[in-house]
Amino acid sequence: MSQPNRLSQGGRIDRSRKLHFTFNGKRYQGHAGDTLAAALLANGVDIVNRSFKYSRPRGIVAAGAEEPNAVVQLGSSEAGQVPNVRATQQALFDGLVARSTNGWPNVQRDMMSLVGKLGGQFMPPGFYYKTFMAPASLWMTYEKFIRKGAGLGRSPTEQDPDIYDHLHQHCDVLVIGAGPAGLAATLAAARSGARVILCDEQEEMGGSLLDARERLDGKPASQWVAEALATLAGMENVTLLPRTTANGYHDHHFVTLHERRTEHLGETAPLRDGHRQVRSRMHRVRAGRVVLATGTHERPLVYANNDVPGNLVAGAVSTYVRRYGVVPGQRLVLSTSNDHAYRAALDWLESGREVVAIADARANPDGELVEQARAQGIRIMTGSAVVEAKGDTRVTGARVAKVDLDGFRVVGKAETLDCDTIASSGGYSPVIHLASHTGGRPTWRDDLLAFVPTLVKGVSAAGGAHGIYATAEVLADGQHAGGQAASELGFQAVSIELPKVAARRDGPACALYQVPHEKPTLRAPKQFVDLQNDVTAAGIELATREGFESIEHVKRYTAMGFGTDQGKLGNINGMAIAARCLNKSIPEVGTTVFRPNYTPVTFGAIVGRHCRELFDPERYTAMHQWHVEHGAEFEDVGQWKRPWYFPQVRADAVNGELESMAEAVARECRAVREAIGILDASTLGKIDIQGPDAREFLGRVYTNKWAKLAPGRVRYGLMCKDDGMVFDDGTTSCLGENHFLMTTTTGGAAGVLEWLELWHQTEWPELQVYFTSVTDHWATMTITGPEARKLLAELTDIDLDREAFQFMDWREGKVADVPARVFRISFTGELAYEINVQANYAQHVWDALFAHGEKYGLTPYGTETMHVLRAEKGFIIAGQETDGSVTPEDLGMQWCVGYDKPFSWIGQRALTREDTKREGRKQLVGLKPKDAKVVLEEGAQIVLDPTHAIPMPMVGHVTSSYYSPTLDSGFALAVIKGGQQRMGETVYLPMADGQTHEAEIVSPIFVDPKGERQNV
Amino acid sequence: MFNIHCPYCGELREEEEFHPKGQAHIARPADPAACTDEEWGDYLFFRDNPRGIHHELWVHAVGCRKFFNITRHTVSYEILETYKMGEQPSFTAEYPQGGSDAAAMHPAQVAQQAGVHA
Amino acid sequence: MSNVAIFDTRTDAKIPLESPLAYAYRRFGAPAATARSRVTLRERPFLGHLILRGGAIVLDEAVREVLGISLPGEPQGLVLDAEGERSIQWLSPDEWLVIVPGGEEFTLENRLREALAGAHFAISNVSGGQTLVELEGEAARELLMKSVIYDVHPSHFPVGKGVTTVFAKTTVILRRPSDARWELVVRRSFADYTYRWLLDAGEAHDIGVER
Repeated sequence: MSQPNRLSQGGRIDRSRKLHFTFNGKRYQGHAGDTLAAALLANGVDIVNRSFKYSRPRGIVAAGAEEPNAVVQLGSSEAGQVPNVRATQQALFDGLVARSTNGWPNVQRDMMSLVGKLGGQFMPPGFYYKTFMAPASLWMTYEKFIRKGAGLGRSPTEQDPDIYDHLHQHCDVLVIGAGPAGLAATLAAARSGARVILCDEQEEMGGSLLDARERLDGKPASQWVAEALATLAGMENVTLLPRTTANGYHDHHFVTLHERRTEHLGETAPLRDGHRQVRSRMHRVRAGRVVLATGTHERPLVYANNDVPGNLVAGAVSTYVRRYGVVPGQRLVLSTSNDHAYRAALDWLESGREVVAIADARANPDGELVEQARAQGIRIMTGSAVVEAKGDTRVTGARVAKVDLDGFRVVGKAETLDCDTIASSGGYSPVIHLASHTGGRPTWRDDLLAFVPTLVKGVSAAGGAHGIYATAEVLADGQHAGGQAASELGFQAVSIELPKVAARRDGPACALYQVPHEKPTLRAPKQFVDLQNDVTAAGIELATREGFESIEHVKRYTAMGFGTDQGKLGNINGMAIAARCLNKSIPEVGTTVFRPNYTPVTFGAIVGRHCRELFDPERYTAMHQWHVEHGAEFEDVGQWKRPWYFPQVRADAVNGELESMAEAVARECRAVREAIGILDASTLGKIDIQGPDAREFLGRVYTNKWAKLAPGRVRYGLMCKDDGMVFDDGTTSCLGENHFLMTTTTGGAAGVLEWLELWHQTEWPELQVYFTSVTDHWATMTITGPEARKLLAELTDIDLDREAFQFMDWREGKVADVPARVFRISFTGELAYEINVQANYAQHVWDALFAHGEKYGLTPYGTETMHVLRAEKGFIIAGQETDGSVTPEDLGMQWCVGYDKPFSWIGQRALTREDTKREGRKQLVGLKPKDAKVVLEEGAQIVLDPTHAIPMPMVGHVTSSYYSPTLDSGFALAVIKGGQQRMGETVYLPMADGQTHEAEIVSPIFVDPKGERQNV
Repeated sequence: MFNIHCPYCGELREEEEFHPKGQAHIARPADPAACTDEEWGDYLFFRDNPRGIHHELWVHAVGCRKFFNITRHTVSYEILETYKMGEQPSFTAEYPQGGSDAAAMHPAQVAQQAGVHA
Repeated sequence: MSNVAIFDTRTDAKIPLESPLAYAYRRFGAPAATARSRVTLRERPFLGHLILRGGAIVLDEAVREVLGISLPGEPQGLVLDAEGERSIQWLSPDEWLVIVPGGEEFTLENRLREALAGAHFAISNVSGGQTLVELEGEAARELLMKSVIYDVHPSHFPVGKGVTTVFAKTTVILRRPSDARWELVVRRSFADYTYRWLLDAGEAHDIGVER
């Protein structure tokens, strides 16, 4: 397999290692050290994609992150699919498989290319908005078609076999970019003793020095790079991160770095020492200071048909020749506005191929590189530019003409030059994306013809990133930035020795963005500004004519700089064109905002280890294994896994069929009402409250009274926010005169503790009280049902006599030989004991209860049965019956409100606000469906008149609804406007399926309204 | 992702350890019963939304569990100072460069947060 | 003293104890440490854990009298006794974590309460609610960098420091009692998650579990 464009020598590739790869189904060969783009160019592959909107053939334009066209889909297997990979950033590995992202059905013969040929008329800017907006209901259909046609890549449908992770990094100085500025900055900062991280997105560190013509200390620049890197690698305070892109710059110098650790080794990460390797790693870096040494992006010129394969930016030509030993054509025409781009012509010539001409837009270029080109005999056409490329699937010629820059017009007749490659350079744009992430609007500098970053405190730019280009100056600038960053943090600056570089005399550049054409822009062949999003100069001009004057609006209307491209090549040209059309200056037009991420980041790196079984913490109680072994189905309550119900093998089972949820819950409910059940209640929040003012504090945060609760007694309490709305509830026990144990809802535990601290720390610091979470210390098992006393009596030394240990008492003693606090409280309405033991003993006590409980029919039950039983009693669940808009009075819980407490407790004042006192507030009631078989839907809306025209006035909704085995009927709790005055009335619940249920408003207490059962 | 100097822990800590709790210096009226509905509504529901210097209440939830205040610039996101409950800010709308007369100065903490800027 | 209910939740009866990691061991096993292990994990279960609340000056005197070590008054301070068996860690300006050999905590609480009589303070026994996990080995720091957001570089996290911070998607008390050893105080209900995370993140370092 030949590589027609591979030079016989030169470049930094390893010619001894041949690598095979497949692109669009065809096999090719490259070398170790190639990028996929370099290898494609070496093999003479011209078309790498079809364009986004017009489906025009596209080739490789650049050599780095700014590449707009060569965006490929990687992967030989379904699981290995990776979308949106720039071929210029993908190292070649043996067996690499890639295909074009766009191009349907294939890039060579594209069904949509007809659209592209004629597209000027058919697809103006705003085309999608204008064409596909009506009817709106079809937008989803259109979108699918457009996306398929546009081809934004696709994610794999199979599970990714690779692993990813995060690393939390902290450093004094973070240096982004390892070109001359970044290396000098790192050396300076590191020598001062600061902890330094240096990251660079490329396969090799060195940046522009890897393809520079300059010699450093008389040696090739790459040699100095190797020495500098060796020095840094030997320093303990330096972390070098190659293949690592700084993708997002967040607040206070928090920067996310995406390190591609094995992407250069293969499609999936190879094993190392028998271990799976991390494929991608996100470094979450908190830096003290940041040095942006991100260099520049070269701007291509905007001329007619500048998207035909064979049009490249000038610097990319030098990179391919000097780094990869690849010359991407035979005959070159260079079109430039500046001296630096002359490198491309010189490098091309030195590779042994023909330079047809250099079109220089300046009248009298005379810099050192210009003189070198002249001396080599290259034809230089001054005051000229390429106005149009010829060719279809590859450049076949260039039309060069004299141009009047001020008048924006072509002067005289164009000359057509025979060539297959056009390199262009309209100057250099500092890479300001990261600075932009921090909110700084960049500043235009006329002397540089570029935006330079506006930096927040603690960030500095070095080298090309703020418009310093000459290598010697860049090195010195980097050293200064690195030293300054370290010394600002208190490190002693140490001077470093920089290499000697001969100064080069460059002439001034001229301002050229869009090259004029003989025809007006709107009728000239397409002049592309943003190749990735298919935005043309005509499109921008049209947008401004249609009244889009703000550059942000132009961007959104034309899609310039959208998506994964983020305007790396095209934005400045686009702004310059908008400025010309609007008769404004570039700084008047301004720039759009660049957003993270700088280049696409794989979801794997974002997620890291937080996936699969580690996606979210699962909190377990001390009895969790028992629940698992006994077949529990689990419910998520916050992060806790709570048993939901325990399905048993059905009595009539043939093959071990399990009960349905309804059957299991009915059985569990009956066990509690008729015999005895047991619930793992360990998840309830528990707060230990100590201090002489503990009682006073409780009186202020609960709605009810606590002044007289005696040691040994327990009380239920409601908590409101100061707006009078209920937000949590639970029981609090008086352990000692100055000692209480508060319980909270499972989900509210952390929030309630923070709430107590908030009031103590900010409003009432004078109160002597401390709060400590003891949730995890105790395991809690609730035994409840008529047989509960008998079972507990077998295992405890506590006197269970109904007078000695009354309802709402707590006692301490031993249960199954383990020290325990037992609380006689009930959430089921039955006789109940909540046994609390230190969690390390929990399994023993739980087992002992079952060993003794079998004869009483001890039945484990889960949260579903707990809900049914409490709802039958009309007990609320904070967060289910309440939603932040429900007062204690709305719940009918006036009995739990101490209106005459001396201190104005939290929520009290709000209960007399006009809104909380008004008539017609939603109030808690019970609902009994007219058809006992119906279980109303939770959340269902309630109406009074089902014949009312839609929209019907809604008077409330169902908050809880279950089937009750005790009542042998469905039943529900609901909030209904004025509900407490509507007992006995019929309400209606229209359902989505057209049925309307009828229900009667009843008391929310369905079982044992006098509360006798819990008092037995 | 902010880097916040906890005035109780005495060092800069990651934002993930903190919870924001809204505008600072909202004192609960001493005698709620004496408030009109409007006054109580103001206390409950109405907060400033300045472009510029803002005082916020935060809690070092995963840490020392202490509440404290932050003076933050809502445009630059710069945290100008953090200070303990009961202390007054040095940077205010009237004194954007610091040095508010009302502030019981706490230069050490100002200096420490000054290591971090948006 | 009688105003507070003191309760010994431990018993001398022969009752099988289950550490917070018991279920995780049974479920995921405990890979043995080998010569290749660059980090080892060891649980120190069933220790006595007390939360001490109060003013530093008042508590310091009592702690020195009862435990023989002084209370770390500076933020993030961690102090150990000569044997390294008993420790006090600063958690907040009025909160400290005391860890002592299992079985000592109730006596200690009583003696502290006696020494502190009359002062405003609180002591809460949380021994059942948390466990101590030790990490040792050359890769311990990298494993922590994968797990906690706090800077664990030796220049920032010297011996004698301890912090409460974010660990993966939960929280942890992280401390450095000696040059070679890191300690994680893990809440019982999060122990399983924490253990799984450490095994997963430690796989690359051939993590071994000593039991």
